This record gives sequence, C-alpha cells and structure tokens, in this order.
Amino acid sequence: MEERIVIAGFGGQGVMALGQLLTYSGMTEDKKVSWLPSYGPEMRGGTANCNVIISSDAVGSPVVIDSTSAIVMNRPSLDKFEDSVVPEGRLFINSSLIDRKTTREDIEVYYIPANEIANEIGNPRVANMVMLGAFLEATKAVEVDTILNKAFTAVFGENRVNLLPINKEALERGAELVKEQRK
Amino acid sequence: MTKVLMKGNEAIGAAAIQAGCKYFFGYPITPQSELPEYMSRELPKVGGVFLQAESEVAAINMVYGAAGAGARVMTSSSSPGMALKQEGISYIAGAELPCLLVNIMRGGPGLGSIQPSQTDYFQATRGGGNGDYRMVVFAPANVQELVDLIIEGFDLADQYRNPVMVLGDGMIGQMMEPVEFKTPTKRDLPEKDWATVGTGDKRKPNIINSLYIAAEDLEAHNIRLQAKYKKMQETECRVESYNIEDADVVIAAYGTTSRIAKTAIAKLEKEGYKVGLIRPITLWPYPFDEFKKINPNCKGILTVEMNNGQMIDDVKIAVEGKFPVSFYGRSGGMVPTPDAIIEHVKKIYGGDK
Repeated sequence: MEERIVIAGFGGQGVMALGQLLTYSGMTEDKKVSWLPSYGPEMRGGTANCNVIISSDAVGSPVVIDSTSAIVMNRPSLDKFEDSVVPEGRLFINSSLIDRKTTREDIEVYYIPANEIANEIGNPRVANMVMLGAFLEATKAVEVDTILNKAFTAVFGENRVNLLPINKEALERGAELVKEQRK
Repeated sequence: MTKVLMKGNEAIGAAAIQAGCKYFFGYPITPQSELPEYMSRELPKVGGVFLQAESEVAAINMVYGAAGAGARVMTSSSSPGMALKQEGISYIAGAELPCLLVNIMRGGPGLGSIQPSQTDYFQATRGGGNGDYRMVVFAPANVQELVDLIIEGFDLADQYRNPVMVLGDGMIGQMMEPVEFKTPTKRDLPEKDWATVGTGDKRKPNIINSLYIAAEDLEAHNIRLQAKYKKMQETECRVESYNIEDADVVIAAYGTTSRIAKTAIAKLEKEGYKVGLIRPITLWPYPFDEFKKINPNCKGILTVEMNNGQMIDDVKIAVEGKFPVSFYGRSGGMVPTPDAIIEHVKKIYGGDK
C-alpha cells in the first residue's frame, strides 16, 4: 500500500497542518511516512502545498509527482495538480472556492463544499478538516480515531483539545458527502 | 524510545543537543534557518549559548574559539554562507580542533536559489578552504540517519580532533519524517588536555595555532595530519549498497537523490531490469572499494546528482576504467524525477533487457 498525496491551497487554509495530521497518524499506525512542504518563493494568492507519503514500505523519493490522491482547496491548486493524479486516483475539490469541474474522466472525483460546511458548523477554519474527512472516507489511509485521539494534539498542541468536537464534526460531514456522492 | 515527527532542520538541533553540544554560532540563511531558530529556543534551556553572529566569517571564528576551549560546538549554513566559512574551517583543521559543520545546500553558483541542490560536493570533499586538509563528510538520506550522523559526528570530531561536516540539501532540511533518538554507543574519547582552559599554574600554556614559520616544522605537522586522515579513510568509510553483484546497471547517488534513485530502481525492477545502487554515506572518505563488488558484466554506472557532475569524478576513480560511467543531473534547485532516471538507465541498457 502506498498513498502519495498532494494537498494544496492558499496560505492560511491549513494545507500544511492537514498534511502533518496525516503524516503523524501514519507514523502512529506504524506506517512509513514523509511530509515535504513547498518552500519556494511563493506568490501571495498563489498555491502552498505539501506532499505526504504513507506507505507500507520505506519511502523512496518524498516528492509526489504522480499522486494517488490530490486535495485541492482553491482554483490555482486544481489547475496545477489536476493532472498529477494517476488514473483511478482520487481528486478532492473544495467546491466552495473552485468554480469549475475537473476535466479528468479517468479518476474518482469528489466535490466538497468545505467552506460552506465549515461555516455551517460554526468555524470557517475547519474547512481543511472537512476535506480530510472526505479523503479518509474514500481512501481509509489512516483511522479517523488516530487523527482525533493521537495526531490532533501532537500537531496543534494540548491547549487545542477544546476544539476536538468541532473538528470531529467537520471530519464526519466530509465523510458523509463522500458516502452520498458514491451512491 | 518513541518516534517523533520532526523537520530535518529541527531534528539536527535536537540531535546536537542530545550529543551534548552547548554552543551554536551562526547566521540565518534559507533553507536551514529552522536550525538556528531551534537552537536559539532550546540551547538556553540546557545552559548553552546560541549566538547569531554579525556574519558567517564571525560565526566560524567563534566556533574556532569555542572548540579551542574544548567545548562541543557547531555551526550551520547553506551553500554561499558555507563558502564564507571556508577560511575558518581551514584554520580549525590546521589547529586540529573538533567541531560539527552542517551545510544544507541550495542551488548555485553565487547567491543561487533556495531550492534543494548538491552543488557543494567539491567544496566539501576537496577542501573548500586552503591547505592540504581533509574532513569526514556525511551525506544522510533520511531524517533518522541525519539525527544518527549528527550525534556520531560530534564523537568523531572529538576522536580525531578534526572538523566533521554533515552535508544535506533543502529537501532533507525541510521535510518531516519520524525519528527516534537512540542512545548512541559511546566512543572511547581522549581527554581534551590540549584545550586552552587556563593552566592553573600547573602546566605550560596550551597553544592553539595553525601557523608554522619553519618549513620543516610545517611539513612534520602535515605528515602527522595525513597519518590521521589515512586512519579516517581506513576506519570511517560508510556506504549502503543494493544488489550490485547482480546488477546490469548500477546507480551511484547520495543524500536525497539516492531516494529518488531507489524509487526509480523499484519501478525498473517491475519491468524486469536489474539495477543496483551504491549510496556513499561518507563522501569523504569515499567508498572506492565498494565499486569492486559490482557485477563484472555490468553495462555501466549512472551517477545521479543535483548538480552538473561532481561526485562522478570519484565514481570514475573508483571503477578504474572497468565500466563506462555516465551522468544525469538537475541543477539550480530542480529535482530529478524517477522517470528521467529510468530513461537514462534504459539508455545504458541499450535494446536488450
């Protein structure tokens, strides 16, 4: 098993943190993992992204070129990473901010209005967790339980434990959308 | 011990502190700035000193001073900053003082880029500074190995009274991987009876110096140094190799580039190609002997680097003309893809698998 994931958006959408949650969870579940951020001279309003690999074998190149999944949080990220997904791979599109559909017909695509759902449940900052919930439902890359009970405080700090319930809800809402769209 | 997820640059800092490093002198530069940042936060907690010097030249000379006083000390930089430190490194090597140097390389020449690169192979292994000195140069390929070699590096520096360098690139500095801080096996290290820590009126003053006015004296000093370097060559060389006795093509690559090579090899194996890997863990001393184990019917060696061909010189020395040696590299901060490596391997194969 090897999940090669690109997570992309603009600064502040929590793409780096989302990647770290996945990576930390993979490590906790005794999988081989790597997390590689983009650190180039990025433009304001451009894309920030990270590459996460979760594998049963040692991770070779930490650079994700052909992704098994891409999670895109804004339009420039879709434009940039749509083609990186391997045939039969998965693409998770934040349809709150992305006004076009994918042109790919050889992959599984999920449209997740992450910002709208985040606002509905009361915190716009959990949009990334809605996307993560969708990703986990579709891929089962790591357990939701590991994300919530082990990775969350490791990545965000013990003092954020009060935010667990809303993050749990965000994950569940994302997962529900995947279940519906699969029907 | 449990595993923690750490960024390469921060893991260097944590490993150094675990190894008993108390002093860090440096100047910030991308892509290694998380390391001085980490040290500025963490060193004071263990009674150490972090000092951001006015320049790289000042920082390396502070290292020189602290090392002369017998302290466990380090500095770090990225390519152009490391270029500025070369004079001090040569003095430290000449005065036979232990210290740890970290270069998280970026694209060059000049101020270059901030993206990963391996442009300083020559600078690190050929003596970037003046004089006939050598130092052990480690090239870790993952964050765990980075941590292990940092800890080992301090001991090695003390054992040989010589600077030790850890050479990484922006990728290993920026990426996060699980690490475990294992208690290292302790080397039997000599007393630092040469350190300038005050005589207490009980002995003659120790002198830290790299100046020898009389040519006879300097030659004698050089002969001593070379004997020390020879011992390093005999005992400190490290290499990882994969399937070289059976391979039709062998890739030589180090650091993060070797990981990309491994991904390429795994894909090639699925297509029925037999490709081996030699990954030097020490770039100096270079694992020349490992190349003697290569399948005598091997079609060729492909050197892959994130530069325009530097380690390839050592590969050519190592194969002694027995195999054709070719090169594939990207530079300027561009990273080779597994597919491009695969294409080059197939070229060496020619038509037949």
